[in-house]
Amino acid sequence: MKIMSCPLNGPRNISEFQWLGPVHDGAELTAAALVQHLFFAPNPMGVLREWWRHTPSNTVFIAERNLITDEILRTYLKPAADNIASVA
Amino acid sequence: MPIELLKYGLRRGHRPFRDIPPTPDLRKHYDVVIIGGGGHGLAAAYYLSNHHGVKNVAVLEKGYLAGGNTARNTTTVRSNYLTPPSIAFYREGVSLFEAMSEELGFNVMFSQRGQLTLAHSDAAMRSFRLRAETGNHVGIRTELVDAKTVQELCPHVNMDFGGQHEVLGGLWHADGGTARHDAVAWGYAKRAAEKGVEIHQRTEVEGFGIANGRITEVRTNRGTITAGQVLQAAGGMNGRIAEMAGIPLPIRCFPLQAMVTQPLKPFLDILLSSSNLHTYLVQSSRGEIVIGGGTDPYQLASTRSSLPQKESLATGALQLMPFLHNIKILRQWAGITDITPDFSPIMGASPLQNYWLDAGWGTWGFKATGVAGKRMAETIATGRVPDILVPFSLERFSRFELLNEMGATAAGH
Repeated sequence: MKIMSCPLNGPRNISEFQWLGPVHDGAELTAAALVQHLFFAPNPMGVLREWWRHTPSNTVFIAERNLITDEILRTYLKPAADNIASVA
Repeated sequence: MPIELLKYGLRRGHRPFRDIPPTPDLRKHYDVVIIGGGGHGLAAAYYLSNHHGVKNVAVLEKGYLAGGNTARNTTTVRSNYLTPPSIAFYREGVSLFEAMSEELGFNVMFSQRGQLTLAHSDAAMRSFRLRAETGNHVGIRTELVDAKTVQELCPHVNMDFGGQHEVLGGLWHADGGTARHDAVAWGYAKRAAEKGVEIHQRTEVEGFGIANGRITEVRTNRGTITAGQVLQAAGGMNGRIAEMAGIPLPIRCFPLQAMVTQPLKPFLDILLSSSNLHTYLVQSSRGEIVIGGGTDPYQLASTRSSLPQKESLATGALQLMPFLHNIKILRQWAGITDITPDFSPIMGASPLQNYWLDAGWGTWGFKATGVAGKRMAETIATGRVPDILVPFSLERFSRFELLNEMGATAAGH
């Protein structure tokens, strides 16, 4: 069974998690940027930063996952920084 | 005739019959280069060479002929969509399947047995009524049926009266059917190759030369070629190929998994699906029950299978037909789907002048094999996007003119 590591609860079965989609930079002020945000989601042949939720504890966090190998590289809670794009 | 056959079979130096010639060397220039040797690319090559007189065509295929999503889909052909432009487009697709064996002189085993989608909730019945009325308006055979008719159409289905997934009715689509995927691709390939189209297998596109808004050259692992026009029809790799051409596409990759059981005697003569249960069942001409469903719950560009998704398919199948519980699974697989935000494909022009898109087919590219090939060939040959393809343009996203077909998938995603 595939295991994901929740930042609060540690390693848990993947069936306890919900995928919430890629992390955006949150600066959708112009029409073009809005179209980009709504429809042109990142689809890299590599690592993607995305939102996940551990459903039993309702913990929403960020995961870094390889979209070719399905390997989960890192999981962490959203940092206090306002700009998500600056999260390294 | 039997004597002739015997002589042919016993002849010395017997040469096996080939449907398509071996891969030739790449020439320096082609009038049209088609990226992707699946059903869509081969159909476009067929229509270009047989209907438009464009014969200097190369089809470039990274792997082997029709080995990607053409080999991995579950071969449903139907037109019961939600928006009028989609219904009109897929209606033409179904009519091409009806005539395909005749047109190609190649038996594609099209079997128009009808498709039944089950409703387990009042909300599903309401959405089916909308689809039935829209379908009738555009001119396809589709109707809302009650539980009694469902039992008549498919006596084996578990109606689950009083249970969690009680069948309240369904959407009956008499035009629905299934065809042999390999035969469709090989039929188009054979007739295209006869007219001089070159099919280059194991030829991977590695990059493009671009100048003044045009593709000037296509770089492959077997050498660089120049092309008058380029068509991209690369299935799950569409996002990646477009990226090489500098065109961002609103596409995300999700795996779509399926499996088949051991062969059984024929009992299921319709295509049965349930959007609530994310499952559909078809009995193939070999007797195997093909079980398909929704995509994986998260984005991925891999053809690995996963236990949770296979369990979900099995759960849905057992709910619909509990007597399948001791039937063994024979094969299972996954394909990479290229999904757009509105679940409709992207066809027509790209930001580059001589580069054309046939992408974003997501979970239903097979049923459009003929019509997408025919209309894309027309687009390339005339340099003009035909009216039937206009609603599917890439620009629809920036104009917020989406064609939302998410609710019209056979399995729900």
